[in-house]
Amino acid sequence: MNDVPLTHILFVSTALFFIGVYGLFTRRNMITMLMSIELMLNSVNINFVAFNKYLYPGQLNGIFFTIFIITIAAAEAAVAIAIIINFYRSHSSIDVEDAGEMKW
Amino acid sequence: MTASQVIFYIISAFILGTGLLAVTSRKIFRSAIWLLFSLIGIAGLFFWMQLDFIAAVQIIVYVGGIVVLIIFSIFLTQQAGNEMAKPVRSKVFFASLIALLGFILTYTLMYKYNFLPVVNQTLNVNVSNIGIQLLSTTEHGYILPFEVASILLLAAMIGCIVIAMKSPATIGKAGRENKPIHIKEEAAENYK
Repeated sequence: MNDVPLTHILFVSTALFFIGVYGLFTRRNMITMLMSIELMLNSVNINFVAFNKYLYPGQLNGIFFTIFIITIAAAEAAVAIAIIINFYRSHSSIDVEDAGEMKW
Repeated sequence: MTASQVIFYIISAFILGTGLLAVTSRKIFRSAIWLLFSLIGIAGLFFWMQLDFIAAVQIIVYVGGIVVLIIFSIFLTQQAGNEMAKPVRSKVFFASLIALLGFILTYTLMYKYNFLPVVNQTLNVNVSNIGIQLLSTTEHGYILPFEVASILLLAAMIGCIVIAMKSPATIGKAGRENKPIHIKEEAAENYK
């Protein structure tokens, strides 16, 4: 466990975060954009847990942040999917390019 | 290389590979399945760090909840077998440029930073410790965020129902107004 340095775990989480960023920029479909956001949130979870495990083993703060991030991600995904389904009902498409009514 | 190291690198390669496939696959259903594998890999990473509780929560909430929700919404909104349109080439170029530059910047910053390793302390994460600290009202307790999160979940639940409900205007058009007129006409015809 302690023979893997912290920077290698941070490498994985950083790479996963920027994979999510890439997906968020290239995808035009709302559901796949939501999936990219989930990847980014998960990479942050890895960071919190790794910092807690390696740098502050006496405390549990990173664990609690991870639990709250998971909770908020679940709520966010549910609301986003409700919005997507409602949008599909009125526009019969879930492409972000079609969502231009509120554009300034 | 010890066995633990080998396991770590295998899990990381699995997470990154499936994550990359999840954002590049052009069939949306496959993309969701790759996301599922990536999330399972992250749960495996938590298991590798000996955080059983977080790994179990990860599997229950993400794999059992969010991915299933996403797959349901895919089936509700589109033809799962169809390929999505190819992203514009300039967009792919700039997105990969931003992702690569951001990654290099962030990782060099982290690599240069001198993390001080801790010795003589081990992380004690059994579920009773987590539960006691989560619900304690003392200095390091997390009771306030816990309650706020519960209110957030309630708000999200009500919000989902309100958003996904059919609006009263469409219900009126489809159901309530047409039906009585139709029934009335039928009644009138029967009366004649």
